[in-house]
Amino acid sequence: MFLEEIGIIPSRDKNSVRAEKPTSIVNLTRRGFVAGTGLFVVAVTLAGCSNTEPTIDAENMKTPKAGPSPLTDVEGGDATPALWIAIEKDGTTKITCHRSEMGQQVWTAMAQIIADELEADWDTVEIVQAEGDERYGDQNTDGSRSVRYNFHRLRLAGAAMRQMLVAAAALYWKLEPSQCSAEMGKVSNSENGDTLSYGNLAELAAKLQVPAEADIVMKQPKDWRFINKEIPSLTVPLITKGEGTFGIDVDVPDMVYAVIARPPQVFGRTGTVTDAKTLAVPGVMRTVKLPDAKPPALFQPLGGVAVVGVDTWAAIQGRNALEIEWLDGPNAGYDSDNFRKAMEAKAKQPGTVRRSRGNVGKALAAPDKNITAEYYTPHLSQSPMEPPAATARWTGDKLECWACVQDPQATRQTLSDLLHIDKENITVHATWLGGAFGRKSKPDFVVEAALVAREVGKPVKVTWTREDEVRHGFYHSTSAQRLEAGLDSEGKCTAYRHRSVFPPIGSTFTAGMDAPSDGEMGMGASDVPFAIPNLQVESGNAKGHLRIGWLRSVANIYHAFAVQSFAAEMAQAAGRDQKDYLLELIGEPRLIDPNAEQASYRNYGGSAEDYPIDTGRLANVARRAAKMAEWGRKLPDGHGLGIAVHRSFLTYVATVIEVKVAADGTLTIPGIWLAADAGTVINPRHTRAQMEGGTIFGLSNALYGEISAKNGAVVQDNFPSWRVMRMGEAPKIFEVEIIASNSPPAGVGEPPTPPAAPALANAIFNATGQRFRSLPLIGANRDTLDIPAIAKS
Amino acid sequence: MATTLNINGKNESVEAAAGTPLLWVLRDHLKMTGTKFGCGIAQCGACTVHVDGTPTRACITPHDSLDKAKITTIEGLAGSAADAIRDTWVENDVPQCGYCQSGQILAATALLSDNPAPTDADIDEAMSGNICRCATYMSIRRAIKQAAGKL
Repeated sequence: MFLEEIGIIPSRDKNSVRAEKPTSIVNLTRRGFVAGTGLFVVAVTLAGCSNTEPTIDAENMKTPKAGPSPLTDVEGGDATPALWIAIEKDGTTKITCHRSEMGQQVWTAMAQIIADELEADWDTVEIVQAEGDERYGDQNTDGSRSVRYNFHRLRLAGAAMRQMLVAAAALYWKLEPSQCSAEMGKVSNSENGDTLSYGNLAELAAKLQVPAEADIVMKQPKDWRFINKEIPSLTVPLITKGEGTFGIDVDVPDMVYAVIARPPQVFGRTGTVTDAKTLAVPGVMRTVKLPDAKPPALFQPLGGVAVVGVDTWAAIQGRNALEIEWLDGPNAGYDSDNFRKAMEAKAKQPGTVRRSRGNVGKALAAPDKNITAEYYTPHLSQSPMEPPAATARWTGDKLECWACVQDPQATRQTLSDLLHIDKENITVHATWLGGAFGRKSKPDFVVEAALVAREVGKPVKVTWTREDEVRHGFYHSTSAQRLEAGLDSEGKCTAYRHRSVFPPIGSTFTAGMDAPSDGEMGMGASDVPFAIPNLQVESGNAKGHLRIGWLRSVANIYHAFAVQSFAAEMAQAAGRDQKDYLLELIGEPRLIDPNAEQASYRNYGGSAEDYPIDTGRLANVARRAAKMAEWGRKLPDGHGLGIAVHRSFLTYVATVIEVKVAADGTLTIPGIWLAADAGTVINPRHTRAQMEGGTIFGLSNALYGEISAKNGAVVQDNFPSWRVMRMGEAPKIFEVEIIASNSPPAGVGEPPTPPAAPALANAIFNATGQRFRSLPLIGANRDTLDIPAIAKS
Repeated sequence: MATTLNINGKNESVEAAAGTPLLWVLRDHLKMTGTKFGCGIAQCGACTVHVDGTPTRACITPHDSLDKAKITTIEGLAGSAADAIRDTWVENDVPQCGYCQSGQILAATALLSDNPAPTDADIDEAMSGNICRCATYMSIRRAIKQAAGKL
């Protein structure tokens, strides 16, 4: 799991995720050849040829003896072609996608990578969604790394299959492979121009030796047909017809429907339950009391009472009629307002040093000017539009689940651990995810479905209502941060100290864990890229009282908000332009190694060779975004531009936001300009879509997002109190530039989110002279910024 | 008690408890899952259907109030405005996860049917009841304008 790798949560036994090797070479399904032949004839006629393609009798052809696949353990995992590609006789190219599709267009991206190296005809591509199974390697679709982890091995798999198809054609034609070439689903004979289609060749190719990595020739980037091209989405045509199956859409014969009343507090307990009124609701079948949860939270369900009915509505009505005595647990005293004060007090005290350069204490004592700022960010909820939902069916001691999960392997492991059944008896089907943003990495809802289905003796779909999703989540952590800087007589920053206090994600996995992890500190704090001679990053411990989880871009959200806001505060103190000062802080192009300065930096699991912290690339996106926004242009009264730049998930993103603030505090965002350097990009169109969406996601959180708690229970419940951005608030101008790059692919889904909030706060400052250091800027209960008087016109 | 509903031009007989919202009748009884559950309180628009051509939140509309109505869902949405919307949605790859998009498409189609040349303000007003957490708002706006140009 990614969070283990980057040191956010403790490692589990690696033996439990050892790869199993596939047994077959090509998964051929024997579909009719008629359609394929027909298509082929059309194609050949169009090409001006008259000969028809002979059908290869692969079964009776003598082939050299093939040994095992040499590609089971290459960089990234198993690249054996049969694990990823099945070509049917009619030419259909079935590509297995082992990552979860949640709108990031991973189906299309994975297919682009494989189909390009395979030289497949894009129109023949179909996606098969993989079940949760270790043989695919890592399937945990978070951390913005589906492409990064799989680019190399999926290219290898596609190229290996192409070479096997070419070898099959050469064998059939009695030529050398070098006399044959593959193009768009066909192999051509360079001697006479004859062609053989992939569908015809597949069965023979399947009998041949899988080539070794050293013998595989991948395409040159200049020859890519699909990679780095704006290939249309494979899912969108289905979506526009209401087709495609999300987790909540799963239908299993004889299925019943459940919703669950959960204790308001994490580790609160269920006392007396009176369900007489519930059982009187039309359509309600029964109730099921679930076991209380015990620390650590892990991915276990929270307990409570399930109501099972003939449809979801009956179950909801039945739940409304339940009378439950909830008993306080260890988090009964959690009040997020009080907790904020405690975190802020902690941030005033020296913390644990997580990176150190020079002598900050001494340097801060000496300069011409000191500035200090404290920042606060609240808990947030992921709130994907599809709330968690899972369906479970038991057949004897075998369990089959269908669910919108980001990590079907962790789901299977969690089911095995908590239900005490062998993993071999569990099948987990990942459906489409109606958004996820980290919530659906946590399979507690699948365990609920399995528990209830076992009690009921029928297949059960558990649906979370929006209230359940908002009240019982795995929340983005709250944080308090304090930054101090010393500026010399010319306004240059000579000393910088950043203290970050927040309940760590590790508190969900280890009871009582209160120390921020290296992984979290490495998301925007200990990897700070500034060229300041004296620099220190510290952390302060804080306990978790809700389930702390990860949300799109994780700790980068609060760290980037504080650091990039503070950069603008330093510029202000120095009397300098925000953008110019930011570039000066970043300094000359160079590579930074936080580990040389006492950090324990994990770099998102990426190597320092492939993915260094490169201040040249960081400064470049900042300059590009500023240029796109025409930074420095004359603005109307009440308008301001703000800039922020941040590297996360190995990608560099700079965002410039223009705001307009009216005298009454009404905020509008006329335009956003964003430049991103994500290395090699698979699909520029879909990357732009992530940049837009990830930015608005960040702005929505910054403007309105706040999950608060009283007496251990979350206060918000649905979209009015848990407010999100809507169409009317989206900017009319949103320009994105994706920097052309030959660097290895980096993350795309998360990196646009961190710079959004600080760019917004910096723009508001430039429009009004008012500095906001606490989020949300507006919240759910106001319509305007709280600006007593516009200080600057 | 059985209620007959006219959905996408076809009469469907459903047995659901009195007051059951149309959303759950569509999804759980008729297995028409293109209409989505998002909030249950008419705040997000994921469950939008057309009732006699008007965008309506299926999550708060009792099915048994609709026995004389013509109901259109994403599965049956048709006509020149719908075609134009679907085409520009595909041409622009508007959806990301797609979960809210049935509702977005129903809302956008109703807008274009009423107003073939909507302004930004018209689009904001017609579409602000439909939340998209992937934030495809900019794409939706572009696609609606392109679709208007095709009508």
